[in-house]
Amino acid sequence: MKKLFLIFIMLITPCFVFAAQNVYQFDSSDQEQRFNILTSELRCLVCQNQNLAESNAPLAADLRGQIYQKVQQGQSEKEIIDYLVTRYGNFILYRPPFDGSTLGLWLAPFLLLIVGVSYLLYYVRKKQRD
Amino acid sequence: MKPRSALPLFFFVLIIILLWRGLSLHPSQVPSPLINKPAPTFQLPELFNAKQTISDKNFLGHVTLLNVWATWCYECAAEHDFLVQLAHDDHVIFYGLNYKDDATKAQDFLKKYGNPYQRIAIDQAGVVAIDWGVYGAPETFIIDKKGIIRYKEIGPLTQDVWDRDLKPLIKKLENEPA
Repeated sequence: MKKLFLIFIMLITPCFVFAAQNVYQFDSSDQEQRFNILTSELRCLVCQNQNLAESNAPLAADLRGQIYQKVQQGQSEKEIIDYLVTRYGNFILYRPPFDGSTLGLWLAPFLLLIVGVSYLLYYVRKKQRD
Repeated sequence: MKPRSALPLFFFVLIIILLWRGLSLHPSQVPSPLINKPAPTFQLPELFNAKQTISDKNFLGHVTLLNVWATWCYECAAEHDFLVQLAHDDHVIFYGLNYKDDATKAQDFLKKYGNPYQRIAIDQAGVVAIDWGVYGAPETFIIDKKGIIRYKEIGPLTQDVWDRDLKPLIKKLENEPA
């Protein structure tokens, strides 16, 4: 009985199904890796909290297609990123560049941390003195 | 009870200011990096006459509004009546970019609901739209007489948006030399 029950449970438990989006064929594992890196580090502009690899949006599918073609043509990561940033701006990158306009974005967390810890130390010391 | 420090109040006010500012921001709208750059080169067939083509050269000599639309796009249908009225009342030149659509459906839609466009390019593959940085219809670009993109409106055009953002710019561009 126990065995039958076990088999029954196994039969009704769904297996993980990974929906296959177009499976692209690559000429080399180098190209495949480039494609995977690019699509995982580029934002989907329609579903903006997903990357191009995950998103089911039609635009994401189109951009994956463009990236695939360019990877097949042998374009470098930089060339493909430039292609997309020229058209969509820095927002498409999950890793924004470190320049004048993004200085605040990159440094603010550290600055806030320093300010917060300094204040904490100051407050604790003050309490100890009293 | 006398407060011991003004610091918490200071931070509170600062946060309130930042949050208040945040209410009027639209972070999901992606600003276009194509502003003040020449319109991307393209050549596409016309919707109502596939043997004719339309290209970026057609922008030269006049101020053009390029409206990216599709029959599957709900918000495009919402702005359509306004576009038809605008094309009728104002003398702006509307070009349409039919985006990833079925040509027959697009033609039928315009025949049924009115056609505000002087010319319509059909981009079935959506590749030209990628060159324009299109990520969600409807989008409207203002292109000056020299073929330079000067403005991009994301979302449907309404009277308010028109009066506030587009009309003043178009007036200014029309006074610029070709």
